[in-house]
Formats: sequence, C-alpha cells, structure tokens
Amino acid sequence: MDGIHDLGGKQGFGPVEVEQDEPVFHEDWERTARGLTFATVAQVPNSSTSKFRHAIERMAPAHYLDSSYYEHWITAAATLAIEAGLVTSEDLQDRAGGPFPLSGPDQPGEVGVPPAHAARFKLGDQVRVRNFHPPGHTRCPGYIRGKLGVVTRLDGEWSIPDVAAHTPDRVTEATYSVRFGADELWSDGQRGASVNVDLWDSYLEPA
Amino acid sequence: MSDDHHPIPPSPIERRVVALEELLTERGYVPEGFIEAFNRGYENDIGPMNGAKVVARAWSDPEYKKRLLEDGTRAIAEFGFGGPEGHYMVVVENTPQVHNVVVCTLCSCYPWPVLGLPPRWYKDAPYRARMVREPRALLKEMGCDLADDVDIRVWDSSAEARYLVLPERPNGTDGLSEEELTALVTRDSMIGVARL
Repeated sequence: MDGIHDLGGKQGFGPVEVEQDEPVFHEDWERTARGLTFATVAQVPNSSTSKFRHAIERMAPAHYLDSSYYEHWITAAATLAIEAGLVTSEDLQDRAGGPFPLSGPDQPGEVGVPPAHAARFKLGDQVRVRNFHPPGHTRCPGYIRGKLGVVTRLDGEWSIPDVAAHTPDRVTEATYSVRFGADELWSDGQRGASVNVDLWDSYLEPA
Repeated sequence: MSDDHHPIPPSPIERRVVALEELLTERGYVPEGFIEAFNRGYENDIGPMNGAKVVARAWSDPEYKKRLLEDGTRAIAEFGFGGPEGHYMVVVENTPQVHNVVVCTLCSCYPWPVLGLPPRWYKDAPYRARMVREPRALLKEMGCDLADDVDIRVWDSSAEARYLVLPERPNGTDGLSEEELTALVTRDSMIGVARL
C-alpha cells in the first residue's frame, strides 16, 4: 500500500537528531514491547514478518508519524492479536483504562504478483520497476516505481512478501539488487550518487 | 514537594503495553520468561563490537577480507555471529572513490547480529526519507563531508540482504594489532554515516 511508512524521498522532515551515548532501550516499556510483540506474532495464524510489517503499515498516518518505533510494534501486535481472536479491542481499552489506537483494516485486494516463475534477469540487465499500486503489503518502495535500473547482484530465491503478508502460501522467486542513478530517481538528484534497492522479480519488467 | 510520595502515573503507552502483556499472559499466550529471554543479549553481548571485530579482521587478513566480500554471511559466521536479521549478510567496501551508506526506507531493517539494535535516528522519518534523496547533503550534515568526486552508494535494505559497511582502514594504523584496530571501529562507520 502507498502508506506513510514508505518514506523514501519524502520532504519536510528536517534534521536527523542524533543522540549521544544512546541506550538500547529508553524506557522499560520498550523492552517489554519488543519481547511481547514477538510473543504475540508467534501466536498469529499464518504468521510472517511480512504480515507483521503490514500491520504497522496499516497504522493511521498521523499516529505512525507521531509515535516511536516500539509504539509501532505494540500497535501492530495488538491489532494482530485482535484479528487472531486472542483479545478484543474492548478488553484492551478496559485494561488500559483509556483509548488503545489500533491499525486500520487489512485490505489484501489484488496481491499484484504473478505465479512463481523462473528468474528473468541476469547481472547487468537493465530493468524497469513496474508502476503498480497494490492495496496490500509490498516491499517495492514508491520512489522507484516506473524507474530504470541495472541488476547488480543476484540474491537467490526468497518468499514474496506480497503473498506471505496476506495468505498461508509461501511463493519464492528470484530477488535482485538493482542500482538506480540519483538522476533517474530525482530531478534534483545529487551528482555521483546511486541507490541500490533489493527487489523481487515480480516487481520488475524488462527494459 | 508534597507529592514526592506519589509515584509517577504510567503514561498512556505504558498502560497499553501492560494491558496487552497482562491479557495475553493470563490467557497463556506468553510463555513464562519469554520477554526477558528474547531481549537478553541485545543489551550486553550483541552490538557494534561484533561488527568491529569483523572489520578489524578484514583489515588485518586479506584472505578473510576476500571471503567477507564474497560471502558475508559465511565469513561473519566464522565469529559465531548470526541469527535474526543476519541470515543473509552483504558487506560493501568503502574505498577512496566509493562511499557506502545503509538505510531502510520502508521500516528499519538493520543487521542485528553485527550491530545490535538500531539507534533511534536510524528508525525515525528524517533519516529514512532523506538518505535516498540527498545523501551527500545529509552525510555532510551528520559530519561526514565527502569530496565531490567520491561516489556515494546508498543501500536501501528493502528485501532480505542486511548490509555492513567495511570502512577504510585509517592512516597511521600499520603497526596495530587486530584487537587494537577493533577499538577504532565505530557503529556509525559500519552504517556508513561516518568515515574513520
């Protein structure tokens, strides 16, 4: 989905705030949230990293931007727990003594991925990223759609996230690292820069 | 102050975490000790000191460096480092002409076995939004001012590979042992937002 999580190239965020001598966890609840999220995800039917990531992507954009990493996690974990029938949102609100914001509904819709097929590309091939906009999960960032790149590494076959996030199926296909020149991606692209993005075969078409 | 005896009330997010933890634990979905066991390691034993050992060996042993660049996962496993977010490791080498830097624009993918858990800035919106669009300007802002003729390669870890940057060995370190070199390697140099 074209969610707020797809941040590559978005403008207006200001400086990167670096904290000196940063602790691994800033508050105790973050430590709990991390472990609890993994425990929860392990209880969800057809669980996968893709399904978990998509539960974060479904957060309301304003909530996503206004909350920290581990709040994303706990929001996704609670949403998946409710969808799996482990708890209800009323249970959570009653116990929390207040609102418990959750992620939006899952809309798999068109997965946008053809059936498994053999690797179509080799090192050095020029490829174009498909201009597709699936309503569900994808690991194809928006900023490269429709852009031309070159295959620079063959990564073997991996489970397609677009499928794993929404179904019990695990379909594997070739994955590549694809290099894009900054001037292909941005009209104000910086000289001498390129961006490598790792992509499943289905995201690409021959160029 | 008169309210010194009152504990600080839990914040809304703390109350939510406790609510989910209590409900799932009461219903038997969270095994005893799971949360503690899951985080054990990441606060003490797993962190940038692991990556630093890998880098120092690559600087000291050309054969190891070759293996590391050819098959990062296997060469890193020689130290016993592996596991979640490290099952497919790719090491990218900085040279005088090429600077590598790692980002995850879609979430916050990061090579846990060699760098530990990511710093907050790596997970926050400004870094994820800007590094793929204005890497030279952002690196400069973060204190990494590269000459104009240095090529910048940004690696957006959008699929299965997790990246470790192999920084250039600093000048004047010829006589140093592998252990001494390890102490010079910083987390930021292995993400690629700093040079040594």
